[in-house]
Amino acid sequence: MNAQFWLIQTFNGISYGALLFLVGSGLSLIFGVMRIVNLSHGAYFLWGGYIALSVIWTTGSWALSLPLAALAVAVIGLLMERVFLRPLGFDPLRQVLLTVGFAYLFQQGALDIWGGDNMEINPPAALTHSVVIGGIYLPLYRMFMIAMALLIGITIWLAMEKTRMGAAVRATVDDAQMARGVGIDTNRISMLVFALGAFLAALGGVIGGAFLGIYPGLDFEILPLAFAVVIIGGMGSLGGAAIGAMLVGLADNFGKALFPELSYFTLYAPMVLILAIKPTGLFGRE
Amino acid sequence: MGQKTKILSVAAFLLALAYIVPHSSSFVVLLATRAVVFAILAMSVDILLGFTGLASLGQAAYFSVGAYLTAILATKYHVGLGWDFWLVVLLGMLIGAATAAFFGLFAVRASGVYFLMITLALGQCVWGLAYRWNSLTGGDNGINVTSRPSFGLDLTNERTFFFLVFAFFTVTLLMLYILVRSPFGRSLEGIRERELRMQILGYNTWLHKYIAFIIAGAFAGLSGVLWAHTNGLVSPDTAVLTTSVDALLMVVLGGAGTLVGGAIGSAIVFGLREYLSTLVPWWQYVLGGVYVLTILYLPMGLMGIPARIRQVRALSDTTENRAAPDKLAPKPS
Repeated sequence: MNAQFWLIQTFNGISYGALLFLVGSGLSLIFGVMRIVNLSHGAYFLWGGYIALSVIWTTGSWALSLPLAALAVAVIGLLMERVFLRPLGFDPLRQVLLTVGFAYLFQQGALDIWGGDNMEINPPAALTHSVVIGGIYLPLYRMFMIAMALLIGITIWLAMEKTRMGAAVRATVDDAQMARGVGIDTNRISMLVFALGAFLAALGGVIGGAFLGIYPGLDFEILPLAFAVVIIGGMGSLGGAAIGAMLVGLADNFGKALFPELSYFTLYAPMVLILAIKPTGLFGRE
Repeated sequence: MGQKTKILSVAAFLLALAYIVPHSSSFVVLLATRAVVFAILAMSVDILLGFTGLASLGQAAYFSVGAYLTAILATKYHVGLGWDFWLVVLLGMLIGAATAAFFGLFAVRASGVYFLMITLALGQCVWGLAYRWNSLTGGDNGINVTSRPSFGLDLTNERTFFFLVFAFFTVTLLMLYILVRSPFGRSLEGIRERELRMQILGYNTWLHKYIAFIIAGAFAGLSGVLWAHTNGLVSPDTAVLTTSVDALLMVVLGGAGTLVGGAIGSAIVFGLREYLSTLVPWWQYVLGGVYVLTILYLPMGLMGIPARIRQVRALSDTTENRAAPDKLAPKPS
C-alpha cells in the first residue's frame, strides 16, 4: 500500500462520489422541499440509463442520449407528482408507500421493455482513454464524471443562490407554510423540484450506465446509497449533498479496498450514527 | 361487529385454513407456508406501524439475523436439527430481540420520516454484513439449509411442516393480540395518536416504544428461523431493503393496526407473486397497481373496507356531504 494506492483509490472514490452527487442531490432537494422520501428515485436512475440506451440504439448519438433521457424521466417524475403524490396531501407514510408502489411498477416496466440482460452504455471513444499523470493512469471517463457533477452542482447552486426562483425554493425548504404566506407558489415549486430531482437521477443513470452497467435490480442497489448521501449531508442542502456524496464515494472505495468483508457496514454504520446524533444530517437545517 | 364475533370469525377462518391447505396441491401448501412465515414478520411490523405509529423500513434486519442464525447453527454446528430446534427458536427470538435492543438505541428516539430512514440505514448495515462477510454468511451465495429438523415429526413432509409453521403463526397472533389489548398495548396506541399527551400524562414514551421495538424484533427473528427452514436457502436477499418494504406494504395492504391485516396482506402478496406469476408475465403490474390503489383509496387497507362502506353510506344518508371521507379515517401516521 503505497502513495499510488491511496491516490488511485481517492480518485476513484471522488469520481464515484460525483455520480452519487447527481443521484443524491435530487433526492435531497425533493425531501427538503416536499418532505417526501422518494423511494422511486432508484427507478428514475435505472430508467435514465435504459432510455439513454434506446436513444443510442435509434440515433447512435451518446451526447444526445444525456439530455433526452434526463428530460424524459423528468416528465415521468412530473406526472407522478402531479397525478398521484399531490392529491395525497401531506401524509409522509402514504407518500413513501406510494413511491414504493411506483418503484415496483417501474421495475416491471423496465423488465418488459428492455429485458433482463445486463447492458452497458458505451461512451464515445474519446472518453474511454486514460491519461497518465505522474505515473498514474486516470481514466478520462471518471474525469468526465467529476466535471459533469461540478458543472451541474455549480449550475444548481447559482440558480438556488442568485435567482428569484432559487430564493423561493430555499424559502420553501426552510418553512413551507411561511413561504406560502408571503405569496410563494409552493405548489409550483414542488412540481419543479420533483421534476429536477428526477432529471438529475436520470442523468446519473446515463452517466453511471457506462460504469456500473444497467441491469434489473440496479434501482434498489443505488437507492440506499443515494439515501446515505442525503442523510450524511443533510436533507435539502445542496452543499451537504456534495460533501455527503464525496464521503460515501470515498468510504465505499476504501471500504472495499481495505476491509472487503465489512465494506458495506463501514458505509452504513456512519450513516446510522449521524442520524442518531443529528437527525437532520451534517449540514441540514432544522 | 363486536370483539367476540371478530375473534370467533378469525378462529373459524384459521380452522378452515388448517383444514383446506393440507388437502390442496403441494404447490399451494408451499405457497401457504411461505405466506404464513411472512405473516409473522408482517404482524411484527404491525406492532410498530399499526399500534405504535412507527414505520420501520428495516424489519428485514431482525428477520435475517434469525434466519442466518438458524442456517449457521444447522450447517456449521449441526444444532437445531433435532429437539434442539426449540432452542434455536428461542435463540432466534432472542437474537432478533437483542439486535432490535441495540438498534433501538439509535432508532427509537427518531420519529416520522427520520425513523423510517434510520431503520433503513440499520437494515442496510445488516444487509452489508450478510452480503460481504463471506466467511460467516457465505456472501452472495448464502447458506443452503439442506435438512429440516426432525423430532418425532417428519418435517420434510411439506404438510407436516405447514402445520408447524401454522401453529407458530397462531400462537404469535394470540400473543400479539393479548399484547395489544393489554394496558401496555393501549398506551402504545396512545403514543400513536398523540405522543406529547402521553408524555404529559407521565408515560415514559421512549421506553414504551423501545419495548415495542424489541418485541417486534423478537417476532421478526422467529419468522426468520422459520424462513430458513421453509426456503432452504438463506442469502442476502433475506436482508435486502425490498424485504423490509414488502413487509411494510403487506401491513398497509391488509390494514395497519389490525394484526390479521398483515397476514391477509402477506397472503395476497405471495398469492400474486408466486401464483399469478405462473399464469401471466405481467403479475408485477397487478401487485404494484394493488399497492398504489390501496394507498390512494383505502388508507385503512382491506380490513378497512367495511368501515369505508359504512362511511360512504353514512355520508349519503346525511344531507351534509361536505366532510371528506379521508378526514374521518384515523391517520396511520
